[in-house]
Amino acid sequence: MADSPTALLDLRGVRKTFRTPERHERTVLEGVDFRLEEGEIVALLGKSGSGKSTLLRIMAGLIPANGGEVKYRGRSMTGPARGISMVFQSFALFPWLTVQENVELGLEAAGVGRTEREERANEAIDLIGLGGFESAYPKELSGGMRQRVGFARALVMRPDVLLLDEPFSALDVLTSETLREDLLELWDESKIPTKGILLVSHNIEEAVSMADRVLVFSSDPGRVRAEIRVGLPRPRDTESAAFRQIVDEVYTLMTAHVRGGAGGAQEQLTLGYRLPDTTPGKLTGLLETIAEPPFKGRADLPQLAEETELEDDALFHLFEGLRVLGLARIAAGDIFLTPLGQSFVEADDAHRKDMFAEILVKNIPLAAHIRRVLDERKDHRAPEDRFLQELQDYLTDDEAERVLETAITWGRYAEIFDYDYNAGVLMLPEEEIEELEAEKEEEAKDKAEG
Amino acid sequence: MRWSLPTVAVAPDLKPNFWDLALIPVIFAVLALLAYGGAQMTTPYDVGEKLALSLDPTNLPYYLLRSALRMAAALLASLVFTLVYATLAAKVPALEKVLIPILDILQSIPILGFLSITVTGFIALFPGNLLGVECAAIFAIFTSQAWNMAFSLYSSLKTVPNDLIEASDMFHLSSWQRYWRLELPWAVPGLVWNMMMSVSGGWFFVVASEAISVSGQSITLPGVGSYIALAIAEKDLGAIGWAILAVLGGIVVYDQLMFRPLVAWADKFKVDSLPGEQAPESWLLTMMQRGRFFRFIAKLPLAGWDLFTGMLRSRDDDSLFHRAPGPRVILPAWMDKAWDALLIIAALAGLVQVALFINGAVGLAEIGQVILYGLATTLRVVVLIALASLVWVPVGVWIGQRPLVAQNVQWIAQFLAAFPANLMFPVAVMLIVHFDLNVDVWTSPLMILGTQWYILFNVIAGASAIPQDMKDAAGNIGLSGWLKWKRFIGPAIFPSYITGAITASGGSWNASIVSELVSWGDTKLEAVGLGSYIAKATADGDFPRIALGIAVMCLFVMAFNRFLWRRLYMLAADRLRLD
Repeated sequence: MADSPTALLDLRGVRKTFRTPERHERTVLEGVDFRLEEGEIVALLGKSGSGKSTLLRIMAGLIPANGGEVKYRGRSMTGPARGISMVFQSFALFPWLTVQENVELGLEAAGVGRTEREERANEAIDLIGLGGFESAYPKELSGGMRQRVGFARALVMRPDVLLLDEPFSALDVLTSETLREDLLELWDESKIPTKGILLVSHNIEEAVSMADRVLVFSSDPGRVRAEIRVGLPRPRDTESAAFRQIVDEVYTLMTAHVRGGAGGAQEQLTLGYRLPDTTPGKLTGLLETIAEPPFKGRADLPQLAEETELEDDALFHLFEGLRVLGLARIAAGDIFLTPLGQSFVEADDAHRKDMFAEILVKNIPLAAHIRRVLDERKDHRAPEDRFLQELQDYLTDDEAERVLETAITWGRYAEIFDYDYNAGVLMLPEEEIEELEAEKEEEAKDKAEG
Repeated sequence: MRWSLPTVAVAPDLKPNFWDLALIPVIFAVLALLAYGGAQMTTPYDVGEKLALSLDPTNLPYYLLRSALRMAAALLASLVFTLVYATLAAKVPALEKVLIPILDILQSIPILGFLSITVTGFIALFPGNLLGVECAAIFAIFTSQAWNMAFSLYSSLKTVPNDLIEASDMFHLSSWQRYWRLELPWAVPGLVWNMMMSVSGGWFFVVASEAISVSGQSITLPGVGSYIALAIAEKDLGAIGWAILAVLGGIVVYDQLMFRPLVAWADKFKVDSLPGEQAPESWLLTMMQRGRFFRFIAKLPLAGWDLFTGMLRSRDDDSLFHRAPGPRVILPAWMDKAWDALLIIAALAGLVQVALFINGAVGLAEIGQVILYGLATTLRVVVLIALASLVWVPVGVWIGQRPLVAQNVQWIAQFLAAFPANLMFPVAVMLIVHFDLNVDVWTSPLMILGTQWYILFNVIAGASAIPQDMKDAAGNIGLSGWLKWKRFIGPAIFPSYITGAITASGGSWNASIVSELVSWGDTKLEAVGLGSYIAKATADGDFPRIALGIAVMCLFVMAFNRFLWRRLYMLAADRLRLD
């Protein structure tokens, strides 16, 4: 597509940092370039926590960027723009307003008179298929209907640009598909004045079925890693070979790991490595699934997604977990067990725990660090805040807490340390402390005798 | 900001229907009563003048009206105070760091202490008019209602969901519009609930604040409270019985005409009702929502409301970008520092001032004495809360397990909590005198008489909220006896028990001022404690001693809250929630 002189949205070198409580700067977005042209739907794909929601909020004018340029229709963005509407993942409806009042709210704030307001609201309500529900309160509606109110509320403003923040992810599969199709119909038949749509999603099929371009976002710091054009006419047949091939391609891109340094050298994780949000139980389960028929050690990613019925986001966390632990590798859209992964699957439960403990200390710096601190301390206990603060140098508060929680779960499974919830203290497992103390006593005895 | 022109909708159909006919007399009767009672408040009056009171029960409806009006005036004042105070605290961080600690302290000051200190000031404010005394009483009731309402609004304002704020920014709401359309509605359920609790606690202080002794003079305002005071002075048990009936009537009227409709209405502001939870109902609200005329009447203020809340639009009407209002007003750094310095200086100056004042007027020795009194009262509060818990926790759990019983008893318990227990004090005096009991021990139960019900109804609520599957599981693995209490029932009801116990303990401290010094006719019983110290100082008009007593009690209550209740509450909130 030839670039028109003014794109709807034009982002250049956008940077966003947040300050941690200890005044460290943490970079969420770095060097993001992006253009939304008239007439296109663009999907932004990325793992949770990759900064794609932050980017969307910068485009919405809700938060300012720290660096780079953000332009809407050629003018620098200074706040939420007239002409940009947003649909929220959580619907964000006002529970005390009826459907009609919710839809009218934006017009009211803009000072539109009552008659025109009602007319336009009715129009939007009918357009999105909410006719008859004008006087209902949001809590009377199902999830799908609530999100329709969210769309009507956005469309009634006659926006140029529609920003969609994972609008379908809180809905069940069937409902989200219907709503998606209805939106695409409005778009393709030009029943709405909207000139560009940006969809943030973590669902690959959803992105490929809707968008003209799919951008793959990488994390830490977030930036656009790859772009795929989907040249297929809408409505798209999700079973067609061409469609499946694009989905496969996106899976490959999403799971391909960018390695620092030259030529595939063993990557060095830092203490602040964002541990994937998953559990040893799930990791083991997925390993077993891959080892068993029909996959027998090697699985096509989209096929595995279908087999396990897991959401893309959960699946990516699992893949990442298996990868950093060295239990599986991903290449060319397939995941396959490493020899270590193979022997892990074949081992019995007790043996698995031992293996997991060894891998954890070797591969995950945070786990190794916690273990080392506990080993060195006299009483083999350390408050969680200590580790939390270290993590906050790298991560947001919430994310730091999440990562430490994950580390605790993994460490407990591996029995390399234990955790006291009430006291908020990490410690060596009780049996180990007892053993260590027994050893010490014996040493003391030996000394006394010697 | 720009003012926009009004748009008012007029309903075409004005014909009253059946519901209207039923309601109209109710409304007019209330209006007429309000007008009559209000006019009586401003009667000329001089201090020292005796107000004619009569124990004839036919006067009671009039007295009840006066008391109820005082309550209403105090509630209105509390609401206005809450809107201003909590909003400032939530929006301006520089003020927040002063306003919230102040609220914390105000909350710990015994309510009758406010009355002792302010009454002379109010009388001087309206010389020769009853309005001054009236204001002092209303102020005392206000102090029993305002603090928790302000806390509720403040914490609601601080917890408005971020996605709703983002939505209001995307639709270019100005900060004014956002306050009325998002932030305040979001706070309504919590605020209404706290108003209800406030009024429930307020009856106690209505009764206590109408008959005031200042500097050896006793002033009595026409009302249920002074009717009771007179009945006590004249040892008229029959009159006390009538007064109890009247107060019951007042509580029912407030509940049915005001809080049922309010709670039912506030339900629409809740984001999600829990599954299985019954939506609250009110016959009055239902009638008003069905009556054609009333629906029309209701639309008139609604149109005005729309106009009012929508009037200050964003200033960015014609530009492309909206300037999203910041959630808070941030001062420049140097101003913030100067403000901090000012606060520290003010605090130090205040401390020195108070120390000089109390030391000069009272002396250090007495301060030690007062602290000992405080310990005596603390002992009473602790022992009584423990005793009340021993009785009411098992009873509450038993009731809570039986949904049908729970529904009825829950209501009765809330009602008993609202009932001013000071009405029962004379009976206690008679008993103590009759059986020649130890005053220090046997007046103590009085302070928990009214507040123990908070423990009961919170425990009932907690026990009825235990999920059926948990109960099934407990039965299935054969939990019983002590183990069942230790591992299942106890932890499950702990959070609600703590809520009840905190309320009960706060109420008991307040009640100590009236319960450690009680009388029946000429018989006066005085227990050793901080409450009786303050009560005596008030009767003597001895300001330094009132101030000292109140300050010490305030410190005790704050220490109690900080070192005991708050910790237990955090523990309950963090570990024992049932979700």
